Amino acid sequence: MAVDALQSSAATTHAVTGETIAVRVVLIVIALTFFGLFVFLPLVVVFLEAFQTGLQGFIGAITDPDALSAIRLTLIVAAVSVSANLVFGVAAAWAIAKFEFRGKSFLVTLVDLPFSVSPVIAGLVYVLLFGAQGYFGPWLKGHGIAIIFALPGIALATIFVTFPFVARELIPLMQEQGSGDEEAALSLGASGFKTFLFVTLPNVKWALLYGVLLCNARAMGEFGAVAVVSGKIRGQTNTMPLQVEILYNEYAFTAAFAVASLLALLALVTLALKTLLEWRFGDEIAAANGH
Amino acid sequence: MALGFTLTYLSLIVLIPLGALIVHSSSIGSAEFLRLALDPRTVSALSISFGSAVIAALINAVFGLLLAWVLVRYRFPGRRLVDAMIDLPFALPTAVAGIALSTLYAPQEWLGPYLELVGLKVAFTPLGIVVALVFIGLPFVVRTVQPVLTDLDRELEEAAATLGAGRLQTTLRVILPPLVPALLTGFALALARAIGEYGSVIFIAGNIPFVSEIAPLLIVIRLEEFNYAGATVIATVMLAISFTMLLIINVIQAWSRRRFGYGG
Repeated sequence: MAVDALQSSAATTHAVTGETIAVRVVLIVIALTFFGLFVFLPLVVVFLEAFQTGLQGFIGAITDPDALSAIRLTLIVAAVSVSANLVFGVAAAWAIAKFEFRGKSFLVTLVDLPFSVSPVIAGLVYVLLFGAQGYFGPWLKGHGIAIIFALPGIALATIFVTFPFVARELIPLMQEQGSGDEEAALSLGASGFKTFLFVTLPNVKWALLYGVLLCNARAMGEFGAVAVVSGKIRGQTNTMPLQVEILYNEYAFTAAFAVASLLALLALVTLALKTLLEWRFGDEIAAANGH
Repeated sequence: MALGFTLTYLSLIVLIPLGALIVHSSSIGSAEFLRLALDPRTVSALSISFGSAVIAALINAVFGLLLAWVLVRYRFPGRRLVDAMIDLPFALPTAVAGIALSTLYAPQEWLGPYLELVGLKVAFTPLGIVVALVFIGLPFVVRTVQPVLTDLDRELEEAAATLGAGRLQTTLRVILPPLVPALLTGFALALARAIGEYGSVIFIAGNIPFVSEIAPLLIVIRLEEFNYAGATVIATVMLAISFTMLLIINVIQAWSRRRFGYGG
């Protein structure tokens, strides 16, 4: 079967620009072994370890009150940060693509900046601002507002690390599309908001969905930034990845992998949807082939 | 209005917080800053982070190129599945990757016993850090090389073959050169990500000071000790390294656009 596939493709490609069958097989085997050891097996481990003690143990682990509370917190944080970055992404792409101003390329670099910062540093900067010893710490304490070791801090740190996802999908696409469609709509008497809603948004809907998908996966899975600001209070400020860490460090391996398997499932669904979007709407997603 | 909102949001979420880090570190004073930055444990953590990131990025450059090549040029069962799953390290939360890798490579578990037969200890050693960073960085190389390889003109290879070049010669002198900028970009992206990586590493590393303790972990430890100055100094040095990396990536891409007509 494998050899058939190799031979049939050898017939369709240019003979002088291909390798011999032996070379092909060796290269494919090396590449797939590497892929198996570093990418595929870790995923298998997650699911097999999660069901180590059977379905009963799995269900017990994910319906534990602390796990449920972690799931709830993760969903809230993801909803907040994805919506915040969605609004920002659309506004930034709109401003960058449809208007001319100085320093535009610098702004694009700044939008990508959070990808270059270690997640731990993303958490640290908020501790320096809002922590007990931070710049606004005393004021916040005086007014009874908790940011660090509470939901707002977790959301802020997550917004920071997922900041570029939506914007970077939309910016190249909207730049490529130009503002011809919008000018036509405006000249026909549509208002600015109507133009945005009925002309701009439909043009970028798949890229938008693509960005939201990646943003959501990262928001639900963020660990380093959230670990710094959360305080890891069980049942209160633990997100799912933090719950995985705590369970694992307590040698509750099956429970840790059970919660982890939910996150792995999210990753697989994200990948499946992402691949689907690339196949169906590749032309309408500017950055489909690059990160 | 959209621009005003963009700038305000960018400032509030990214620029002011990062600025706070710089302000905080400059308030430490240069003598004290140097003393903290040259603290042996800090220097060791930074060099472990940087060193393992370089090794992992090199491994990814080699195997990432190979994977991109195999995925673009050959047809085999499961190719599309592998292609889709290359992005798994982007999608899988780092903590999940961390516990999975450390279980996979732990002494009594899955691969551990086999690796021990050949004298390799991976989990809870510096080698474990490299394994985690290879996992994290792989998609960067594959996804930067792949599109360039797909767009590569097959006629150039035919021309080389008609002119009498062997396949190996063609590969080394016709196919590889235009891939170099993409490969360098992928390497730099993987390196940049690996230097700051935390979640996937801490479970498998063993976290022994001076042996397998990475810089982001030392920041967390300093914070837990309420040693804000110590944490800030490490973070500032790491930020400087990140910005240098970002600059290098931009230079590679600008060079590649001039030389090869694509952005890397």
